[in-house]
Formats: sequence, C-alpha cells, structure tokens
Amino acid sequence: MDRAPVTGRNITKTIQLASASALALVGATFGTAAAAEDLTLCWAAWDPANALVELSKDFEEQSGHTMNFEFVPWPNFADRMLNELNSGGQLCDLMIGDSQWIGGGAENGHYVKLNDFFEASDISMDDFADAAVYAYSTWPKGTENYYALPAMGDANGWFYRKDWFTDPEIMAAFEAEHGRPLGEPQTQRELMEIAKFFQGREIDGQERYGVSIFTERGSEGITMGVTGALYAWGLEYENEPGSYDMVGAMNSPEAVEALEFYTELYECCTPPGYTNSYMGESLDAFKSGQVAMAMNWFAFFPGLYADPDIGGDKIDFFVNPPQNQEASTLGGQGISVVSYPDKQDAALEYIAWFAQPEVQKQWWALGGYAVHDAVLEDPAFEESQPFAGDFLQAMNAVQDFWQEPTYAELLLAMQERVHNYVVADQGTAQEALDALIEDWTEVFEDDGKL
Amino acid sequence: MSDTPIHRGADRAARATPARVARKVRGLSDRAIAWIFVAPTIFLLLAVNIFPLIWTIRLSFTNYRANRLNREPEWVGLRNYERILTDSDTWASMQATAHFLIWTIALQVLIGFALAWLINRQFKGSAFWTTIIVLPMMLSPAVVGNFWSFLYQPQIRLFNYVIAFLSGQDPSSFDILGSVNLAPWAIVIVDTWMWTPFVMLICLAGLRSIPDYLYEAAAVDRASPIRQFFTITVPMVLPFLMLAVLFRGIENFKMFDLVVQLTGGGPGNITTLTSIDLKREAFEKWRTGYASAYAIILFVTVFGLASIYVKALNKVRER
Amino acid sequence: MSAYSISAPTTRSKWVAGILVVTYAIITMIPLIWIILTAFKSPADAISYPPKVVFDPTLEGYVNLFTTRTRISPEALAALPEPDTWYDRIVRQYDMVIAGPSKFGERFVNSVIIGFGSTFLSVFLGTLAAYAFSRFRIPLADDLLFFILSTRMMPPIAVAIPIFLMYRQLGLSDTHLGMILLYTAVNISLAVWLLKGFIDEIPREYEEAALIDGYTRFQAFYKVVLPQAATGIASTAIFCLIFAWNEYAFAVLLTSANAQTAPPFIPTIIGVGGLDWPAVAAGATLFLLPVMIFTVALRNHLLRGITFGAGRK
Repeated sequence: MDRAPVTGRNITKTIQLASASALALVGATFGTAAAAEDLTLCWAAWDPANALVELSKDFEEQSGHTMNFEFVPWPNFADRMLNELNSGGQLCDLMIGDSQWIGGGAENGHYVKLNDFFEASDISMDDFADAAVYAYSTWPKGTENYYALPAMGDANGWFYRKDWFTDPEIMAAFEAEHGRPLGEPQTQRELMEIAKFFQGREIDGQERYGVSIFTERGSEGITMGVTGALYAWGLEYENEPGSYDMVGAMNSPEAVEALEFYTELYECCTPPGYTNSYMGESLDAFKSGQVAMAMNWFAFFPGLYADPDIGGDKIDFFVNPPQNQEASTLGGQGISVVSYPDKQDAALEYIAWFAQPEVQKQWWALGGYAVHDAVLEDPAFEESQPFAGDFLQAMNAVQDFWQEPTYAELLLAMQERVHNYVVADQGTAQEALDALIEDWTEVFEDDGKL
Repeated sequence: MSDTPIHRGADRAARATPARVARKVRGLSDRAIAWIFVAPTIFLLLAVNIFPLIWTIRLSFTNYRANRLNREPEWVGLRNYERILTDSDTWASMQATAHFLIWTIALQVLIGFALAWLINRQFKGSAFWTTIIVLPMMLSPAVVGNFWSFLYQPQIRLFNYVIAFLSGQDPSSFDILGSVNLAPWAIVIVDTWMWTPFVMLICLAGLRSIPDYLYEAAAVDRASPIRQFFTITVPMVLPFLMLAVLFRGIENFKMFDLVVQLTGGGPGNITTLTSIDLKREAFEKWRTGYASAYAIILFVTVFGLASIYVKALNKVRER
Repeated sequence: MSAYSISAPTTRSKWVAGILVVTYAIITMIPLIWIILTAFKSPADAISYPPKVVFDPTLEGYVNLFTTRTRISPEALAALPEPDTWYDRIVRQYDMVIAGPSKFGERFVNSVIIGFGSTFLSVFLGTLAAYAFSRFRIPLADDLLFFILSTRMMPPIAVAIPIFLMYRQLGLSDTHLGMILLYTAVNISLAVWLLKGFIDEIPREYEEAALIDGYTRFQAFYKVVLPQAATGIASTAIFCLIFAWNEYAFAVLLTSANAQTAPPFIPTIIGVGGLDWPAVAAGATLFLLPVMIFTVALRNHLLRGITFGAGRK
C-alpha cells in the first residue's frame, strides 16, 4: 500500500529530536528494557483517529514499539469499549475514552493512576488548558488525581451556510423581517429567529430548513444537544457541588425555560424526520443542503471545511451562543493506560511521547484538537484555522455531564426523560426535569452516594 | 395419531424390533449409542443455557454489578423483582412488546397465508417468485433495521415517496419514525416485510400436505369452493399456521436487533421493547442483579405463554 | 397433481394468483433493490432529495467498504505520483488517499468461520441427538425434547448476562470458539426438532436389513440413515446458517476485535463525518450473497424441510 507523506519533513524532524530525548528520560526513570511491544490504542472511528495514526508513526520510529489501532464507530463506541473494560479485556493498552468514563475508570480500577508517572517524567498538567485537565483527567473532579492525559479537546459548536448568509437577496429579506442584519447569532434566541427565517425558505429552487440539532435516543445524542441550551441558560446540576442535592438546581425555572426552548427549536426549525439524529445525521442534513445551520462537535470541523461541496468559503463556524451565560457542552477525551494488559510501561512511553509540545503542535496540524498550552497560546493559533478562535472561546466555557461511575445510568435516564418530552411530546418540561431528578436520586442512593 | 390400541401395539412392536436385532449385531450396544448421541447436545445445553440460567437466578437476588469487580455483591432478596414489577417503564415496554407481537403476527399470518394459497395455484414461474419473496428473511435484522431507518427518512428517503405516490399526499407531511402514533407501526411494517415469507413457507408446506382426495370427495358431495376452503383447507393448514405463530411469537418476544437499529427504542419510550429495556439495564447501566431479575421475569412469561400455546397446538393436532 | 383432479386450479385463477403474487414480490423487492442501487451511488447521491433513481453509477461504496482513507492537503495530493489504480483515482477525488484495508474483510471472515462452523456443529450434534430420540427409548424423551426447545425461548440479552460473566472467567470472550459454541447452543434446539421429523420418516426396515447383514449400529446409521436424511440435513443447515450468519445481539455484546462478525459492523460504517450509506449498502449486499447462494442452491430442500419439521411432531 503506498502511503502518502502527509506533511513537511521538517516538523517530523523536530519531533524526532524532541521525542528521542523524552523517551530516553522515560526509559531511565522506569528502567524499561527496550523490548519492542505491540501496543493497541482504542478510540472512536472518526476523522481525528486517522490523524492520530499518522502522528503515531513517529512514535513507532522512535521507540521501536508497534502501534495497532482499534477504532469503533461512535454509535457503538461506548458499548464496545465499556464492555471491553468491564470484561477485564486485554485488547486495549491505551484507551482514549470519553470524558464521562473517568469516574468509572478510576473507581472500578480500569485505568492506571498517572500521578507518579507524570512527576517522574516531568509532565505537568499546568501545561494543558485548565478546563481540559479538569474534564478529561481528574477524579474525583478537580482533585489532583490524574487518570488520563488530555488528548483531544472538543466541544459542541455550530456551523452555517456562509454563502446563504451573505447572499444579498437573503440578507435583505432578513433585515426587512427582523430589522437587524443577518449574521452569526449572538444569543440562543437569535439562533432560533434565524432558524425560523430559513425554515421552509426556497433557495436555488429547493425548500430549505433552519437547523439540524441532536435528537438521538439510543446513546447520548439528545442529552449532548439539549445541554447546549441548558448550560447557556445557566444550568447547575447541584445546588452545592458534590452534594448531589439537585432539587431547585436541575429543575430551576431557567432549566425549564431552556428545555422548552430546545423543544421549540426542534419543532419549529428542523427538517422533517430528524427525530433520532446525532453526529452523522446532522452532518448529512448539512451536506445535503437541507439546513442553514447545524450543531456538531468541533472534531468534524476540519472535515467540513475541506468538503468540496459545502466547505471552503461556503461554510463558517460559531461557538454555542450564550443566553444567560457563555457555555458549551464538552466533548473530547483523555488518553489513559488500561490496567489489565501487562504492557503498561510501553503504554506510558506513548503518553510521554504524546505529551511533548512538538508532538502536540503536530497533532493540531494534522486535525487533532490539542489542548496543550504550546498549541493554544501560540499567537498564530487563532488564525491557523477558521474555527480555531471559536474553539478557544468554547473551551474556555465548557461544561460536562456527570462523570460519576454511574454516569451511564444518569445519562440513560436523561436520554429517556428528555427524548420523551422533546421528541415524543409527552408531559411538560417541568415534569420531565422533576422526574429526572427522581431518577437520578435513585441512582445515587443505589450507589451509596446519598 | 397413535391412540388406538392397535396402533399402540404396533408402535411397541416397532420399538422392540431393533432391540431384538441388536443382540445379534457387533459393536456398541444401542443404549450406549443412544447416550453417546444425545449426551453432547444435553451437555452443551447444560453448559451454555442451564448453568447460566441458574447463575442468573442467583444473581437476581443480589445487587451485583458486573462492572464493579472490587465491590462485593449484597443479597437483596426479592427487592429487584419488586422494583421491576412496580416500575411503570417495565409495563410500558411490555405494552410496546404486546402491540408489536400481536400486529406482526396478525399481519404475517394473513398475508403469509394468502400468498401461500395463491402460490399453491402453481402458476407458471411460481417457484421463481417464491424464491424472490423469501429473500428478505435472509438478511441480517440489524442491517435491515439500519437500512429501513434510511428508507423511512422523509425528504431524502424512499418510503415517503412511495406512499406519497400511492396516496397523493405530500411526502414530507408525515414522519413515521418520529411520531409517537406512527413509530410502533414503523417497526411492525419492517418485521412484516421481513418475516411474512417465513409464515408463507410454512403455510405452503401445510397446503401441499393436503391430499387431493379430500377435495375430490368434497366435490362429489357438491360442496362449494368456499365451503371446501373452510372445511378442508383451513383446518388442515391450521396446525402448520399455529406452529408458524409459535416460532414468530417466540422470536418477536425476544426482538432486539431490528428495532434497536431502526428506532433505538424511540421516540421517547414508544418502541422500547422489553429486550431493549433489558439491554439498557444489563449492558449500559450495568445493574447486573436487577437485569437478571428482569431476564427471569421475561423468561417465565414467554415460557408460560409458550407452554399454554403448545398445549393448545397439540389439541388442534390431535383432532 | 392428477389431470382430472377437481381441485386443479383453472387457467384464469392461475393468472389472477400469478399477478397478485408477482405484485407482492415486486413491492417486497423495492427496498432490496434500493439497497443494491444505493451501493452504486456516490455518498452525495445517496442522501440527495428527492431520491435519485437515475444516477451515475460508481464503485465508491465498495471502495469505501474495503478501505480506510486519510484526508491529505491538496498540495500534498498534487505532489503524489499519478494514481495507478481505479480505486486510488476514486478516493483522490475527495482529497484522500487509501490508508489501508478496512475491518470489513476480517469481519466477513469471522462471519464465515463462526457461521459455517456453528452450522456444521449444530447439524452434526443435532443429527446424532435426533437419531437417538427417533430410534431409541430414552427416559423422559418428551420432557427432554421440550427442554431442548425451551432453551430457544430465552431472550438473547438475558442469556448474554451470565454468558458474559462465564466467558470472562473462562477466557472465551471475543473468541471464535466461544461464539461457535454459543450459536450452536441456540441453533441446536431447532436442529434436533427438524431432524427428528425427518429421521422419523425414514423406515426402520432399511436399518434393520443392514443390521442383519452384519453392519454395526453405527455403520447402519452412517451408511443407511444419513444418506436418506440428506434433504433434512440440508434444510436444517439453511435455517441454522441464516440465524448464525445474521445474529447481532450476542456478537455486539460478547465480541470486539478478534471474533466480531459483520452484522454489528455494517450499520456503523462511517465515512467522513456521517454514516457512509453507499458503503453500508455495499456491505449489506455482499453480506447477503453467501446465504442467498446457499439457499438458492438448496432451495428444493427448503420446502420439504419445513413440511417435515413442521408437519410431524
């Protein structure tokens, strides 16, 4: 198979130099024999994963280890990988697991604790964006107990058809209707206004729709979508962090308003049939020219921008609009060492290599969202990609779902309650959130946290 | 079948014969061969079905979680059972399953029988068209579910266009997977599309087993074709049909893959069948003990219904 | 059917029946044909609206099914030598290069090993057991037979819970052997029931004659009964294969990298971003072929199989 040289040789050279020294350091600290191991890294199958394969060739050259990859498509990712961890599987030496798995990974002993290793190999968590470290690495939350190195920053953002937004005729029609120019929405309400404007509008002889948003029932889709509104309205899960006291917080009037907003957005402005849609469907809707705006993870933005049909100057991006506050739903993952296989030393070498600033820069260049300060604080960063600035802004105000070991139960309850209200149109927003608190309370009681 | 004394005697004689012969033959005794032949099957079923079943029963009285290897499970008695039976979600999923079960079976029996009856006219090319009709049941249900979700998408997919073409409605005016009222029918349609051929095949087997002389005798008696249909065709096919219903019933009570891929159990919980609910409890929430109790309840339900049904089936057969 | 038979359908009723059946067959084929067509569309055509019936056929779906691809910058692409294969050319239209083979090949091979392996084992064990139940006095035979049937009533998810725990302990998780044993256990009830019906139909006199001729019981079984039961074995094999080939729940819950079959893989083939429908359709089409060929080859046995298995107890 002919492999393409993807990028300039000079960057690779720098990495090689840097990694050689880092690996020597790790080798010295841990006294690993230089036995060449076969390592397997597990992650989701998506665009950034291909970039990681390219990036890892450098590690293979440096260390003599061989990297294998097990990439599982998103709809099955959590099922497959949690199954793997829970069955004590030997498959994955390294796991790029979802941020919410960290609690279970730590408490159930799936992940190796990395504090000693970080100290011994001079990796400082201060070199990574705070929000990312908090979200991807720590358990219990916010303490200095690290079970992962931030690998891939991500948040839920938006993109839109710039060619439509800058079409003089459309612009004039919008201004006539709303008395303000058409542009990236500054609030959630504005977003709905614009979506309503595009809903049913005929452009280039076809009927178009407003937005495509997450409504998926089976895994985590609708929760990830609806929290974008909930956080923007100022949602807190608990009255007091760590208290599991949710009444009044999770079902506050703001939360109810946000949930009603999301439902209205779903009803007024999505294309027909997007009742069970997540990443893939949202991209489909946008790529097939059905919608003016769509939500999705930043991870897909490089691919969208490069798309021959709707990419380039036809597309632009914006961060989740605030309502009462700036906030974005967190995505992304940290990289952890799985405790079951016996090749942990080699797996740690990979992490040491990955943590180097040069490797992190290259990671960003290839399409991975590095969250190392060497990348984010580079003055050229914001200009490096059309969505880079939005990414920075999003990562400064990310919020995540529960990361408890029982997160899956908490997530399933929310999927059910929210989907029932938003898509199946059962009950009211207040009832949905009240019921959700009951579900969650039961989960925490079962788990001995309450 | 073998209820008259004469038959029974003949039966006994037939059974006795091999034993008598066996004395003269070399090699292993019949008894040994019988056990050697049956043992692997029984052993496999004990190891892969019964042992796990007993294990499940034991787990169902605990709060065990398969993802907490470092936490000792506690004995909780009947609490899991109590919680499941008082949970309204359980009953919602039971209702969804019942709706799915009843309608798929009704439609498949009707269409399947009609098709078999028509095919049994043995028109030219009937064998070829039978093979064509049978194709859907050879697909993987998961792939079928997945692909039908593609066909069902309004706007850019096929199903609505076909319906719109036939009914003159606007194709984007209805959304079968997203509507609480229509989604339960969406899964019924796909299952019927996929499994009607199975019922058809069994009915066809039944129709072909009817000896011609019955019809000839009826014709001599000047019985009308309609009368023949109800006095000969239907009763003779009924045991076959009931067997088809048993197989489809058991399979659809367990239905998982097709519906998961098609609707994911949504919208809301409308198409969350019991197997989907169970999978969430067992392999997403990892409440192993609770899910075990759930599994036992489902097994007892299907086992109970099936045994009643098999009794009825045997009665029909004896007639 | 005899020529003077009164039940023989008239020409007109044959026509009516033929038209109705063909109509049904055509309607039922639409989704299937749509899958086959979609496999030859480009991803953009597959999701275009209104649906495209006329389109430029392309093998992109098949290429995407069998490969993984990496996006590279247009400059890097321009620097590459001219593509020398048709599939490279297809991929490069999208600024991508083929990075390697996809998992589909492996999954497909797993399906073959597990599907045919368990089919063989179920039919083999099923024939032995069916013969024993048919010919010998076995204590509690009826109860044992009902027990064997009842094992099919457990929802797969319910069985999967303890099997998951058991396989974890025994190291059978994610192995071919584990899956073969599991599918065999599920199929064997059907195999025993169907095959017993067939063997019951074979007159005992044949074996007895053989035994008197000096055959051992085993030889009589092997040389006399088995050839007679060939039809039954073939149709049982079809049903076992259809199940094992298409099974999803166990595969998704109990396997991952080593032994996962194709059904959990096909619905999740991801292109750039979304689900790659043409590749999904291509996978579905290819995956249908072996069972279809197997069934068409054995189609004459299919109906007879059902007649015996269902008709007699």
